[in-house]
Amino acid sequence: MNDENKLKDTEDQKIDDALESSRRDFLKKVGLVGAASVAGAAAVYSGYQFEKKKHSRGTVRVLTDDNRLVEVPVEEVKDIKRELKVLQTQGREGIKGKKWVMVIDLSRCRNARKCVNACQAAHHLRPYEYHINTLEMQESVNTPKFYMPKPCQHCDNPPCVSVCPVDATFKRQDGIVLIDNERCIGCRFCMAACPYSARMFHWQEPMNAEADKEKAYNIELNVPQKKGTISKCLFSADRVRENSLPYCVSACPNGVFYFGDENENAVTNGTTKETVSLNELLEDNGAYRLMEELGTKPRVYYLPPKNRIFEFREGEKKEYREETT
Amino acid sequence: MARSIYNTDIYREKLESVSSDILRNVRINKGFIIWMGILALALAACVFAYTIQLKKGLGVTGLRDATSWGMYIATFVFFVATSLVGMLISSVLGLAGVKWIRPIARIAEIIAVAFAAIAGLVIVSDMGRPDRLPYVFMFGRFQSPILWDVTVVTTYFFVSLMLWFIPLIPDLAIAKTRLNGRPGFLIKAYELLSVNWINHDRQVKIMHQAMRILLILIVPLAFAIHTVTSWLFALTPRAGWDSTIFGPYFISGAFVSGTAAVIIAMYFYRENYRLSRYLTNDHFEKIGRVLALVSIIYIYFNINEFLVPAYKLKTHDAIHLRELLTGHHAMLFWSVQLLGLVIPVILLLIKRMRRPLPLLLISAVVLTASWFKRYIIVVPPQEHPYLPVQNVPIEWMVYKPTVIETAVTFGSLILVLMIITVLSKLFPVLPVWELAEEEASAKGEENKQ
Repeated sequence: MNDENKLKDTEDQKIDDALESSRRDFLKKVGLVGAASVAGAAAVYSGYQFEKKKHSRGTVRVLTDDNRLVEVPVEEVKDIKRELKVLQTQGREGIKGKKWVMVIDLSRCRNARKCVNACQAAHHLRPYEYHINTLEMQESVNTPKFYMPKPCQHCDNPPCVSVCPVDATFKRQDGIVLIDNERCIGCRFCMAACPYSARMFHWQEPMNAEADKEKAYNIELNVPQKKGTISKCLFSADRVRENSLPYCVSACPNGVFYFGDENENAVTNGTTKETVSLNELLEDNGAYRLMEELGTKPRVYYLPPKNRIFEFREGEKKEYREETT
Repeated sequence: MARSIYNTDIYREKLESVSSDILRNVRINKGFIIWMGILALALAACVFAYTIQLKKGLGVTGLRDATSWGMYIATFVFFVATSLVGMLISSVLGLAGVKWIRPIARIAEIIAVAFAAIAGLVIVSDMGRPDRLPYVFMFGRFQSPILWDVTVVTTYFFVSLMLWFIPLIPDLAIAKTRLNGRPGFLIKAYELLSVNWINHDRQVKIMHQAMRILLILIVPLAFAIHTVTSWLFALTPRAGWDSTIFGPYFISGAFVSGTAAVIIAMYFYRENYRLSRYLTNDHFEKIGRVLALVSIIYIYFNINEFLVPAYKLKTHDAIHLRELLTGHHAMLFWSVQLLGLVIPVILLLIKRMRRPLPLLLISAVVLTASWFKRYIIVVPPQEHPYLPVQNVPIEWMVYKPTVIETAVTFGSLILVLMIITVLSKLFPVLPVWELAEEEASAKGEENKQ
């Protein structure tokens, strides 16, 4: 009885299978024809597009990564973001064989604040956010007041670098102290440690955040700036890489700044473009560094405000209103 | 010989009475649910404040470039400080053989666990990029005191948790058969956490050994966590922070705030849990003396910290001290020093003041002042850096905490209270087995005579 039933079931199954396979064949054929026509249409269309493009705007010669000169159609040329990785690697390594140094001649500063403005424009900062600030100074009651541009001192023994928990701020072989805002966790220990108050923090969305969003982060320019991270003077590491003077140095109208390489013993004045011997400049003018007693070993030298060529004018401090986002 | 006590009738009788007294409070009642509900609601408001900070950046706080550490860091220091009391009570006094700390040790560990657990979270609320917290572990540089702090605070938290948990195991075993009417999950949890404790001689021996190792281990650990916390300041070249005694200064201060916190908790358990039989007037009398002692030590360090630079008046020390003693922060400074330290010490020398209620009031003032003391340590030294703060908006020169910042700070305090509530409502706050043992052996002695 059971065997009989089983036999019947198997036969039914066979019939079902046969029907099923013929249906599948049919569908397969239809599908094949459909796919072929779509592919054909696509081929014709792309061929047409290709022909249309081919002779439109000619070709252009470009140099590739491995130094080959090649010719490519103009249409194929695309602006690409410079690789973040490349920028990070070169930015962290610094420039071999150099020891950048800055000399600031206090006898020439009249608080024009052109250095400040040029710096803020380059680094996309608000008017009251500083990498370099010009301060009204007076050492003691009986000594004269003077103006003092104050960039980061790029110390050779930097307290900020010692305390950074994540290697976000670091000292390069060419003497520059940089900040990597792709790494910074925003703990602000470096601000607490810096005796020169050289660092700033992005308490809110940076000024150009929206416009800079698409840019690849250049650690040597610190743009795009990022909310919740530190920013600071970079000795214009991007300009220095291109053999130019820093933004502040070349913007000064009064010849306050000298910048150059300690190894070459040569510094160039940003205004006159005159290059002088670093040793002689420091020696002839009785140069000093800020807070020598703290042992931070700054890379910024000051020439004392002796024989000042500009008068100190009272009450030139700027007042700003905080922008709110 | 001491082990044999467990088989006596006196012990069984005492165990019944002690456990019924203490386990009475282990329950999820209406009060617990309402209290946790209120805390949760308040916490929700604080979390909302934090989301605003996350969205808009730390600019919603009063912090700016000059004063870039404020309430959050002060609270962090305060939490780490208060958590140190676990070590003081259990280890320093415990290892010295002080008997009266028995019912207090677990309370001290509850305080230690709760404050240490949240201290790390407070730091995260101060970070500009909390999403990058993993970087500390991925790219950590061991030169940075922050790495030392992360390491020791985490270790201290876990060791404190062990110091709370290990002596709790026998209690869990005692309690699991005595929790009729409590929710099933609680009984299950007790079953699980009591790790098959049967009060076997070997188990007891292992427990005592483990405790001894941990109690010794936690002494250098606790010193490390608060010394390192003080170094976050002392390792920078700022006037007001640049001090060689910051380590001991912080540690002695920590004992003051921690002891005050323990006294407040003791009073609460005594009254609310009706445990005056175990937390007696004598216990308050003795811990009152401890508070007086640690406060006097702290006053000594304060004299060193302020008198030495005040005698020399180096330029920037002088500016800092003038602001504290007679300037912008004078009101706060003198309130903290007098109300929070000098007057409490004078009062504590009077015996009547060491009774539970007066001691509670003194401790409440001391604990509040302890927070403001951390604020005084953290904020003023930043307001007068070596070079003048110029050409910035007025908000950038003077630090004024905002509502959002205050709410986030309260949020962390609420979290601490929640942990304390859970630990003291779901688990016995006093050591049942130790107290039963103590009462039984006292009774035994009595009978012999």
